[in-house]
Amino acid sequence: MAERRVRPPGGVRYIGGALLFVVSLTQVKSNSLLKYCAVFTALATFVLVWMGGLVTSHGAGLAVPDWPNTYGYNLFFFPVSKWIGGIFYEHTHRLVASVVGFLTSILALWLFGRPARPVLRWAGAVFVAAGIGLCAKFPAHTAENLLLTGIGLAALVAGFFWPNCEPSAKWLRVLGAVAFFTVVAQGVLGGLRVTRVNDQLGIFHATLAQLFFLLLCSIALFQTNFWRRLPVEAETDFRHFRPFFVLTTALILGQLALGATMRHQHAGLSIPDFPTAYGKIWPDTDAAAIARYNQNRLEVMGYNPITAFQVELQMVHRLMALLILMAVGACAWRAWRYLGRGHWLTRFSLAWLGLVLAQVFLGAATIWTGKSADVATAHVACGALCLATGGLASILSCRLLTAPAARVRLAANDEITTLPPSSAMPAK
Amino acid sequence: MKRVLLSLTVVVLAGLLQRASAADVSGKVTLKGTPPPEKTIAFDDTCSKLHPTVATTRHYVVGQDNGLANVFVYISKGLEGKKFTPPTQGIEINQEGCNYQPYVSGVMVGQPVIIKNSDPLMHNIHAMPKADGNTEFNFAQPNQGDVNDSKWVSCIKSPEVLVKLKCDVHPWMFAYVGVQDHPFFAVTDKDGNFKIANVPAGKYTLTAYHLKAHGTKPGESQEITVADSPVTANFTVEVPAAQ
Repeated sequence: MAERRVRPPGGVRYIGGALLFVVSLTQVKSNSLLKYCAVFTALATFVLVWMGGLVTSHGAGLAVPDWPNTYGYNLFFFPVSKWIGGIFYEHTHRLVASVVGFLTSILALWLFGRPARPVLRWAGAVFVAAGIGLCAKFPAHTAENLLLTGIGLAALVAGFFWPNCEPSAKWLRVLGAVAFFTVVAQGVLGGLRVTRVNDQLGIFHATLAQLFFLLLCSIALFQTNFWRRLPVEAETDFRHFRPFFVLTTALILGQLALGATMRHQHAGLSIPDFPTAYGKIWPDTDAAAIARYNQNRLEVMGYNPITAFQVELQMVHRLMALLILMAVGACAWRAWRYLGRGHWLTRFSLAWLGLVLAQVFLGAATIWTGKSADVATAHVACGALCLATGGLASILSCRLLTAPAARVRLAANDEITTLPPSSAMPAK
Repeated sequence: MKRVLLSLTVVVLAGLLQRASAADVSGKVTLKGTPPPEKTIAFDDTCSKLHPTVATTRHYVVGQDNGLANVFVYISKGLEGKKFTPPTQGIEINQEGCNYQPYVSGVMVGQPVIIKNSDPLMHNIHAMPKADGNTEFNFAQPNQGDVNDSKWVSCIKSPEVLVKLKCDVHPWMFAYVGVQDHPFFAVTDKDGNFKIANVPAGKYTLTAYHLKAHGTKPGESQEITVADSPVTANFTVEVPAAQ
């Protein structure tokens, strides 16, 4: 008679699996898993940027008037039944922001490797002590204090099971620390934007979000084998590419800041038509024209009246879009011409061009749909992808410039120079 | 005794004189032209249950004989340097059926505005003043029956036409409050009529401002002279030409 194997219940299997995973992490001696953590954090940040776009597109930035609480509740204990209207967008944005903050903390600590263990243990112990102390002192806030204690306990336990790998390079650890402090600053900025009812802070919050996303994408890139192999693969002098990529990326960042400024004016569409602007190539912006534009707006949402500044801002945004499209096109063309169609940087540049084209279309669609929230949000998210792609292309071109093979340039050569393969380079 | 009688006589005479030297200013604001059709508000699930009928925007509310409602009429010149005590009785702005009632109202600087939530759901009240001295504010009224009568007075301290109130939870909800440092203002009723009571004798500029018809323009103005008898001042507001 065959022996019947008894399977443990589902819950036990999951807990057992989780424990096994944690124990296996303690055995991790290399940073091989770190890249997945970095990629996942970058993806979560992209989702967060998307949700931030939803918040402004739905005009829900101040739907939750308090911070760090939500309508007096602790963020994590706010009842789901109350996630209505604009509250849904703002509250879920805050929740996902917490997740990104948590993931960024893990990523930053992981970059520090084994030495993070005592830090975690001490921080955990302090949190546990603070949580218990606050429970005794403020019994009315037991839930919050227990949450603090729980976080401390998790950190304390993690301090014993943290990956046992070597610290990453110093510059990577610095980047991790910068990411950590940026996410904290970003959370505080978002909170102050709410409590101080300040739109300017919202502009900084939105722009910093884009930079933070680029930073996390960069950290993820630095963990890949592709990045590590780059120096030995370098066969081309990229000095003529670097300024193109860097300047174009800077233009995109400026464009995103412009977009954030437009969104945080809460004035809806300051120009309702495209490609014309109030039926003209350049709209009138005198006082009478602005008065006429406002009189003719029959908005359902509670938008602010538009001003001449906002009309001009959108025109600059359009011109910048055209300039960026041409600049990215020029990057792709140069890469194609000098590196060939099959080179990874050419393909990367073509993908970048595709993203920028999609972004231009989404910008136009935002106007054609009367600033439909979903389209406007997709425009924000695609902008983040354009910046990240340009930023990574810039970093890669800079990296290649400093690669050992690329350092050997032909003297006094002003044109793009294709160097012999690194294997054929003379030994130093 | 003589002194008391004399004082009483002076007070009564002063009162009578003051009464005699003030008059009501009334009139009608008429809309000229055909306004564009209002847009239907697409309520979300929770609000549509509270609002069984179709609701629209309230850009041009036109009544009998083209009378235009929601016009803020106020004395814009002629009262400089005079001080007036704000009424202690406040006006009410109610959040009801996921809309503000009334849409346009007027208040004196220092007069309470009682903000009330009659809906069984959460609203936030976000005031967006522009004038110097006024502070933007945003607070929550999560429960039905929540009332606040102090926030407005603590934040709105300067005259402004018009301060916007909005709900960020329900972005179609907005209302406007005209703020003056004197009590001589009114909002036109559904048929465009208004009445400003007990305006002291003198020469004034009376202004009628409609949010949509005037936009960033200051509104329509006319000179009036108030003496002993009631004054009638009518306004005609034109629908702006399409761009």
